[in-house]
Amino acid sequence: MKVRHVLLMVALSLVILAALAACGPAPTAVTTAAPPTAAPTVKPTVPPTAAPVAGDPYKIGFVSSVTGPTSSLGIPERDTALMVMEQVNKAGGIKGPDGKMHQLTIVTEDDASDASKATLAAKKLVEQDKVAVLIGSSGSPASVAMADYATANSIPLISMASASTIVTGADGKEKKWVFKTPQSNTPVTQVQADYLKAKGITKIASIGVNNAFGQDSRNAMKAIFPAAGIEVLADELYQPGDKDFTAQLTKIKGLNPGAIVVHATAAEGAPLTVQAKQLGFTVPIVHNHGIGNIDFINLAKDSAEGILFPIGKLLTYKVLPDADVQKPILAKYDADYTAYTKGASLSTFGGHGWDAVQIAILGLAKVGPDPVKLQDFFENGGVKNFVGITGIFNWTASDHTGVAKESMVLNEIKKGTWVYVAPADYKNMPDVK
Amino acid sequence: MKRLLGYSNLITLLILSVVMAILPLVLPNNYQVSVMIFVALFTILTIGLSLLMGYAGQISLGHAVFYGMGGYLTGILATRWSLPPILAMFLAAAITGGIAYFVAIPILRLRGNYLAMATLGLNVIFTLFLTQQTDWTGGPNGLGSIPKLSLGGWVVKTDVQMYYVAWFITLVILALSLNIVNSRFGRALRSIHSSQIAAEMLGVDAAHYKVAVFSLGAVYASIAGSLYVFWIGLISPSVVSINLSVELVVMVAIGGLASVWGAIFGAAAVTLLTEVLRNVLPQLLSGASGEQEIIAFGLILMIVMIFLPEGLTTGSLLRYRRWRADRQALKELGVAPHA
Amino acid sequence: MALESQIVQLVFAGLTVGSIYALIALGFVVIHNVTGIINFAQGEFAMLGAMFAITFSEKTSLFNRVVVVTLNWPLPIAIIASVAVVSLIGMALYQLAIRTAKGASVVSLIIITIGASIALRGMALIVWSTDPFRLPNFTTGAPIQWMGAYLILQNFWVIGTTLVILVVLYFFFERTMLGKALRACSINRVAARLMGIDINKMAMFSFALSAAIGAIGGIVIAPSTPMAYESGELLGLKGFVAAIMGGMNSAMGAVIGGITLGILEALGAGFISSAYKDAIAFIVLFAILAARLSGLLGQGAKQQESGL
Repeated sequence: MKVRHVLLMVALSLVILAALAACGPAPTAVTTAAPPTAAPTVKPTVPPTAAPVAGDPYKIGFVSSVTGPTSSLGIPERDTALMVMEQVNKAGGIKGPDGKMHQLTIVTEDDASDASKATLAAKKLVEQDKVAVLIGSSGSPASVAMADYATANSIPLISMASASTIVTGADGKEKKWVFKTPQSNTPVTQVQADYLKAKGITKIASIGVNNAFGQDSRNAMKAIFPAAGIEVLADELYQPGDKDFTAQLTKIKGLNPGAIVVHATAAEGAPLTVQAKQLGFTVPIVHNHGIGNIDFINLAKDSAEGILFPIGKLLTYKVLPDADVQKPILAKYDADYTAYTKGASLSTFGGHGWDAVQIAILGLAKVGPDPVKLQDFFENGGVKNFVGITGIFNWTASDHTGVAKESMVLNEIKKGTWVYVAPADYKNMPDVK
Repeated sequence: MKRLLGYSNLITLLILSVVMAILPLVLPNNYQVSVMIFVALFTILTIGLSLLMGYAGQISLGHAVFYGMGGYLTGILATRWSLPPILAMFLAAAITGGIAYFVAIPILRLRGNYLAMATLGLNVIFTLFLTQQTDWTGGPNGLGSIPKLSLGGWVVKTDVQMYYVAWFITLVILALSLNIVNSRFGRALRSIHSSQIAAEMLGVDAAHYKVAVFSLGAVYASIAGSLYVFWIGLISPSVVSINLSVELVVMVAIGGLASVWGAIFGAAAVTLLTEVLRNVLPQLLSGASGEQEIIAFGLILMIVMIFLPEGLTTGSLLRYRRWRADRQALKELGVAPHA
Repeated sequence: MALESQIVQLVFAGLTVGSIYALIALGFVVIHNVTGIINFAQGEFAMLGAMFAITFSEKTSLFNRVVVVTLNWPLPIAIIASVAVVSLIGMALYQLAIRTAKGASVVSLIIITIGASIALRGMALIVWSTDPFRLPNFTTGAPIQWMGAYLILQNFWVIGTTLVILVVLYFFFERTMLGKALRACSINRVAARLMGIDINKMAMFSFALSAAIGAIGGIVIAPSTPMAYESGELLGLKGFVAAIMGGMNSAMGAVIGGITLGILEALGAGFISSAYKDAIAFIVLFAILAARLSGLLGQGAKQQESGL
């Protein structure tokens, strides 16, 4: 028994060391700068305008949920980031404040929709890969965990999740190092409230998913609806992955609401809508921005007719007036993303990722890979009237999200596609019989 | 000490302590230190589960519950009532152990599959409770702003400091568990595992021992949970998922059932495997990402269990002994053994 | 909605969901009876059944849209093909993983199936990405209205399929040689071998059968609930609970366990709290188990001593 155990321990130690060695930083091709000349007295001749010298690559750390419950958000985000990286590098890279062209390296990591893994991934990116700025993650709990790490280690973080607690501390002030690109649930809920008021609906029943996304949305609803004169008769819940909602819908039916408000993503939102219609509901069904991709329409098929939901302008950009500043950006993203992913459906989540990466590139081009300078750039005027996919961004010290309510518009699903609904038409919606 | 643990265990423990003490000086960055902290936490969890599964023969698919309970309780005590961290940790462990004790009494009367399902039920109910009771637990977003651990005047701030604290506690628990296994308590446990009826006939109060080891495992888990919240500063319901409970069972099995040392192996193997895959796979297969990583993880899991079904430690030991015995037999027959 | 209508609606919903759980539970029970293993990859069989059926019958883009498959086979053919493919996967799982680990303890074999379920899920993620898919309804038409409740047509298919499978299994186990051989293995493995039954063949067949039943389960719910790469996880879990509720050793028990679980969930969510829906079933279960330490139709606590 004796020698074996000792041998075992030695073996264990070797295994650990070997594993950690394998985890070591990957050898990177370092473009070394020319060593300083040793003769300062000689006046250097001004070289003719040479081709821009290549500098060290600029690194962005990108954490998203490629696997796990939030993977339908994380995969489009990651694919968008890789697409932008390819585009930027094909065009030569980022021109830094030093005048040199720098290749862009986006290191992507999967957090498996888990807050602990998100923190670990962030550590790896910052300490091993030495990134200058972090982007992540797809879901709110993981983003809050990354926000804590970013604050403790003075690295700027741009999150792609929507909870306001990600960027706003308990004291009501914005966290210095943390920013985000999705608007919070407040503008979404305000559009819903505006619609309901225009229709004269005063009693609604709510059904939502029992996770962070659903809870944030329901909290916004409970805060805004009563003030708008709308009573929430029921607050039903379901678990992520549930397949049958008949029980909750039956309960709601008994209450005779004027409309149903749903807080869901496509995977459950679609069968829920189908079942609601099959159970004989004829009142308007209002979703939130969780169903912002083609999956909902593909899954709900005919039952998707007449569904109303607030969403960014991405899905209906084709009907925007040409004067709208977002239109060309949205059109280009549609073309690029569809080509890069060979036909993946557009999703607003990928849009949040695009915004985060582009803003990071903006910062890198202006001030270089210095975390402190980047934070200053983001917070103090660097992101001003930035035309993104989610909306037009204005980041200030008191607002690290900076997307106005006007970036949210009401859409109706008609004949398998999205139709823009102007506020003046709210009272006529849904216009399907 | 020698009498409590046995020579071999003592020497191994010492070697382990020395290696763990030197390791942070060798590791290049905080990320790798953090990985090792996770190994420590999972080791504590796995030891408790290993005692329950390997020695008492009871399966639990809900061990993550006590990890989460410890973490949440510590967080609530430290933030709401501003208790000093150490006190919060002890109180959380006591409360968790107490709850485990009361839950164990009815549940451990079940056997086999029913016990598995009951512990699964515990996990489901607890996770739902955490998600719903927003006032106390922060709901799906969890609890945040949990203060750091402070011992006397010293605040454990950096990863390296937490590493030493975590591994110190891990080694203490390891020594404690080895002692238990080699003591009368441990022998009683093993007799229950072999045959509960026979053990009871010999005067062993099976129910009492099973409940005791279940509660002990819960206390260990609670300590690990406390360390987690002191280190990361926040906790959310995703930490208490059934996935984690299953992962812990996997760690116990991989390390080797019925072996406290196996617990470290299992915890280290599974944790390090995930991180190694994260780092190495993208280099081997260009463009490999999360999707490929979990396939590789699943396949490696299967391969390890197929070829070393008793786990890494027990399995390797068995193979080694068989190899030695074969060589011995060949020698006695006068046949020259192959290299 | 009047109370009777609510109850009818909820019971019907519970029957439907319960039938799914029952189908998954049947898969668990078949493998467990013949081999003693709990196959954690059972839920994945259901998921794969649905995914293959969809890929065979509709235009699907695979591997992150690199490959587009347009087989467009008629639905019945696609279903049969899918069940066949998933059965093969079940057999492969047995041959490659379980059989190779000869003599391993039950816990080790369970871990192998856990590894298999992780690997299968990852492969499904690569092939079909995170997109959810659904099949068209088997029969089109408005829901039947009865006592104020709306009974959706596809749900009749689900309940009906479960009953048909139950009957088929009954005849299979009672009247055919193969079925009786399987039963012999579950009663006493050594005696079965002594009688000349090839244990390995029986085990492999039980995996194929379980996989087929699981696949059918996934296919019948695919019209009403979209299936994605991770759908197998929750289904497997619920099916596992249903199997244990039914005693883990008879097909009838599995079905009763499944239906009971489904109805408990529906009634609990409808009348008590939708937030704690999953917990309600467990709480009721604990009450039943506390009263009777043997499940609903099981053999009793003593039989479970060897257990896991």
